[in-house]
Amino acid sequence: MSTTTKIDLANPAPAKPEKARPRRGLRANATLNFWLFTGPFLIGLIVFVFVPMGWSIYLSFFEARFTVSPSSFIGFDNYRAILDNPDFTGALVTFTVFAAFIVPTTWALSLGLALLVHRIRFMKAFFRSVFFLPTAVSYVAAALIWKMSIFNGVRFGMANTVIGWFGFENVAWLANPDPPWYWLVIVTLRLWLQAGFYMILFLAALQNIPAELYEAAAIDGAKPGWQTFRYITLPQLRATSTAVILLLLIAAYQAFDEFWNLLSKATWGQPPLVELYKTALGENQDYGQGSAGAVILTLLILIITLFQGKIMGFGRGEEAK
Amino acid sequence: MTTTAPDLKKPRGKKRGGGVLGNTGLYLATGVAALLFLIPFYLIVRNALMTDPEITGENWKWFPTDIQWGNITEPFKDETVDFGRALWNSWVVAVLHTSGILLICSLAGYGLARIPYKHANKVFYGVLVTLMIPTAVTFVPSFVLVSSLGWVDTYRGLIIPGLFSGFTCFLFRQYFLGFPKELEEAARVDGLSYWGAYWRVVVPNSLNFFAAMATITFISGWNSFLWPLVIGQDPSAWTIQVALSAYMTNQTVNYHLIFMSTAISILPLVLVFLFLQRWLVQGIAQTGIKG
Repeated sequence: MSTTTKIDLANPAPAKPEKARPRRGLRANATLNFWLFTGPFLIGLIVFVFVPMGWSIYLSFFEARFTVSPSSFIGFDNYRAILDNPDFTGALVTFTVFAAFIVPTTWALSLGLALLVHRIRFMKAFFRSVFFLPTAVSYVAAALIWKMSIFNGVRFGMANTVIGWFGFENVAWLANPDPPWYWLVIVTLRLWLQAGFYMILFLAALQNIPAELYEAAAIDGAKPGWQTFRYITLPQLRATSTAVILLLLIAAYQAFDEFWNLLSKATWGQPPLVELYKTALGENQDYGQGSAGAVILTLLILIITLFQGKIMGFGRGEEAK
Repeated sequence: MTTTAPDLKKPRGKKRGGGVLGNTGLYLATGVAALLFLIPFYLIVRNALMTDPEITGENWKWFPTDIQWGNITEPFKDETVDFGRALWNSWVVAVLHTSGILLICSLAGYGLARIPYKHANKVFYGVLVTLMIPTAVTFVPSFVLVSSLGWVDTYRGLIIPGLFSGFTCFLFRQYFLGFPKELEEAARVDGLSYWGAYWRVVVPNSLNFFAAMATITFISGWNSFLWPLVIGQDPSAWTIQVALSAYMTNQTVNYHLIFMSTAISILPLVLVFLFLQRWLVQGIAQTGIKG
């Protein structure tokens, strides 16, 4: 049994039975039962997913401020306005910088932790739990610890205390965009919070690498350590690595909680969803422009996801990597 | 990679795990990483059980001089944020969110996987389309809908829109595709309907998977922030995450109170993690992807 469910988007397994059912009357029965089982979910999906999206696309072409019912048709003006807004385009830059930091570091750290936990024998479960435990903490709580205790700009913050021991001055970690220390705060927070989750994915993949591969490599004279890691472990983890990187990318795109709480009063470091929130639910409550922004961000994530599908080879199965 | 460093310096034979030196390096690296990972938890407990003068004092103190057990009740007495209410709201939302999703999405997943309806595939494609778009990106349209329904500041608004998770449905479908057919067929021969077979045979034999999904869903429900922030305009509808966020922007900063609140908000999940870790790890490994 494979431990990871293959995401088979292009060729979903047929829901119809391979062999015809022996008893009569079952087919009509099946239609009714199908709707009985899936009906509640599908109705909800239409009402709470499809209808809002359709409405939002509609609304994006209208003037709609302080009200969710459109007042006058304005064509693409909302799109033009939000794309001309330097805050919105700046948010896309923020996302790019954030992704450039967080994706490689999380990948490396979670893989490193998985390799450590995979190899140790003594207290293995304990260490796995320690690295996994931060996943339980919400981004809000983590932001609170980071902002109020570790990276508090005052003298009694932990980071300032530690650098103080080495004779450095206090650093205003979040309150000053130059130098941009706030990236250190944001990146370490997310690293701590999500590395354990991806470590679990890597651990599952490591356990699936056949031991014979290492034995064969040893016979061929490969040194344990870097050589086996480079030529056996890493290639065997390729499918998982790709999946992890793209999951990290999509998660970074949706970052909101920690930015919102760490940089609540700042004008810098505002990612796309925070800008969207400010446009639609901020002082102006511009739902028309907010909807246009949502449509743009949705299209962008669709492109990322389709690109992901292409790279991961949805439907091709793991052996085709 | 840190793991391989000891081996690089001194390759010792073909045995994996190396000798004494390799092992020492391995455990040292793991131990240091573990200590770093535990720092934030340590800080929560330290700050929650100290007095403010001690936290903000001139010299760093690793442990409180006197453990302030009295701090435990302080968040509930605070007048700026109704912490007790927020805690209650979080429990209501997380529990109903979890049970609702499990019920609705497991039924749909089973229907899509196992009931031979001829258009089932078309319906499934409709579900797949929603997987392409993360719900966080669509909070503006969802808010527009929920506010027109008049559900702002209500449990309905907090819970119902999140129940129809295409992803959870997809995971259940994948799981049920692998469920042994013989069990169901035996039940059908015994005269059970689809409905009866589902509840009497399929569900009781899938409790592990249900437990895994429940754990993942509960965590995401308890920790979610963006949607409760959007819906909870009035403090009476705040969840605990929104309340914690409010503390950070408050005028007066009351360190021990804030950290005690954080500790209380994290405790249920830490317990879930410690006691249900088996299911959680299994669930993540099985489904591959996050909840």
